[in-house]
Amino acid sequence: MRKASRGKGKIEKKKTSSLKLRTRIWRHREYYLLLLPAVVYVALFCYAPMYGLQIAFKDYKVSLGVAGSPWIGFRNFMDFFQGYHFWKLIRNTLVLSLYSLVAGFPLPILVALVLNELRPGFKKLTQTILYAPHFISTVVIIGMVSIFFSPSVGVVNTVLNALGRDSVYFLGDPRYFRHLYVWSGVWQGMGWGAIIYLAALAGVDPGLHEAASIDGASRIQRILHINLPGILPTILIMLILQIGQIASVGYEKVYLMQNDLNLEVSEVISTYVYKRGLINNNYSFSTAVGLFNNVVNVIMVLIANAVSRKHSETSLF
Amino acid sequence: MRRKRVTFFDVIVHIIGAMLLLMVLYPLVLVLSCSISDPQLVATGQVLLFPKGITFVGYTQILKNKDILVGYGNTFFYTIVGTAVNLAVTVPTGYALTKKTLPGRKFFMGFFLFIMYFSGGLIPTFLLVKGLGLYNTRLVLLILGAFSTYNCMICRTFFDAMPKELEEAAIIDGCSVTGTFTKVVLPLSKALLGVMILYFAVGHWNAYFEALVYIKDDSMQPLQVFLRRILILARQQASNEEAAEYAASLANLEAQMRYAVIVVSSLPLLLIYPFLQKYFDKGVMIGSVKG
Repeated sequence: MRKASRGKGKIEKKKTSSLKLRTRIWRHREYYLLLLPAVVYVALFCYAPMYGLQIAFKDYKVSLGVAGSPWIGFRNFMDFFQGYHFWKLIRNTLVLSLYSLVAGFPLPILVALVLNELRPGFKKLTQTILYAPHFISTVVIIGMVSIFFSPSVGVVNTVLNALGRDSVYFLGDPRYFRHLYVWSGVWQGMGWGAIIYLAALAGVDPGLHEAASIDGASRIQRILHINLPGILPTILIMLILQIGQIASVGYEKVYLMQNDLNLEVSEVISTYVYKRGLINNNYSFSTAVGLFNNVVNVIMVLIANAVSRKHSETSLF
Repeated sequence: MRRKRVTFFDVIVHIIGAMLLLMVLYPLVLVLSCSISDPQLVATGQVLLFPKGITFVGYTQILKNKDILVGYGNTFFYTIVGTAVNLAVTVPTGYALTKKTLPGRKFFMGFFLFIMYFSGGLIPTFLLVKGLGLYNTRLVLLILGAFSTYNCMICRTFFDAMPKELEEAAIIDGCSVTGTFTKVVLPLSKALLGVMILYFAVGHWNAYFEALVYIKDDSMQPLQVFLRRILILARQQASNEEAAEYAASLANLEAQMRYAVIVVSSLPLLLIYPFLQKYFDKGVMIGSVKG
């Protein structure tokens, strides 16, 4: 008896909730209207290309189309893994991003800690100037690098000559490619990267500082024991984000710095995808390489997130 | 806290600050100085900080260069219209996602977050654009990237932090949701809109790769594509074919123009961002990192 009534109640509940869902959706129709443009765009330009990913497993022919081209399994992937370029691409990509991470990650934190200690007027000025390179395009940054490091008119070689050293053709020498790439990136990004830490520093309880200075803590001690722990969660989040990106080096900047002389160290996966795919029209192969890179990226994000969740409270999802 | 006397620590910290400032400022000042100096003195490495033998020949040459003028016009178009598209697609989405009672909200969040980590990649996107007939049209540069998950999450965080009373009052007064959004919420969101306009506009102004991939005709190319030819291809030792082609055509182009072109192309953004700095400093992005 009891059981029956409970079951009946359940059914009724279900009915009302499904009715409710329909009315709830109808009541929110205007919100869906606001979502509509983004949903259409994302479905068409982000999810539809994922359908096209199948050509990584096919021998894509333009005349046959994405769906009509014959399946060839993992042949494109095997070609890539066993190909002449594979290890070189992996090495170049990883070295470039690890070097960028090691050189580029700590500096914004340091910049934020320093800015936080400056007098207000000087702080504002320094901040403004440090942000400037972020707003300069990659094309112009690399243009500036190639002018300043040029063997004939570059200021760097002018200084080297004044010191009695010979001119160096920095951009054509594979030994300098990584340094130029990483440090021009540091120059461009250290101010902008500090914003997030400055915001975190603004959230540090001033009461802690007052208490510490009453107890006789020096400013260095307060930075190390109050400010740094205060922004640690932010640091960790940023670190997870960047470690998740370790296998992805964008083509925009590398492609601009590439020339035939430095290709041995400057060819990374993304530029290889671009060249094999869109310059040599090797669609299937190039898609396979891109997919491989994308999957590695996702795995890296998941690993970084899992490790962080295990060892601290911080995680992305 | 009141400022106390100047300590040794203050001196050290301000020296580090000044060093950072000079490190960033020097290359910028040098470009500016070179752009208005006598080309002869620049070429022989005599301009190291201040301009020497002031002349504006580099700038007058820009006015004679059809490519740069075309590129400038195109970039203005792409930046203004493209940013408007970005705002129309991204900002309302951020607002809709703050509605806790919205059925399917979780699904939409996942729908948008997923594309931050996984994508079809370059080639499938290229094939799609070609299939839609958008290849080599201005439309492709306006549409691609119309929605940004990251910026959408910034919007959502911002709208979430707004007091709900105003919206509720507007709804009770019979205002529609879209009406509330455009007439009540948006006018109170100038800081957010400022930052969004800046982020999106910077993206459009500085983009070159999309144009390289999707645009064939020079008449539609943005400024950055022409800058790449002038600043980078023309300077490479004519080792690849593409570079050799432009190197020849630009052989008689004064070196001076390169400095002037850097100034002219970067100046608009460098003049605008300090006015919006208070907004992005205030941390519109706080909390958005966590998605």
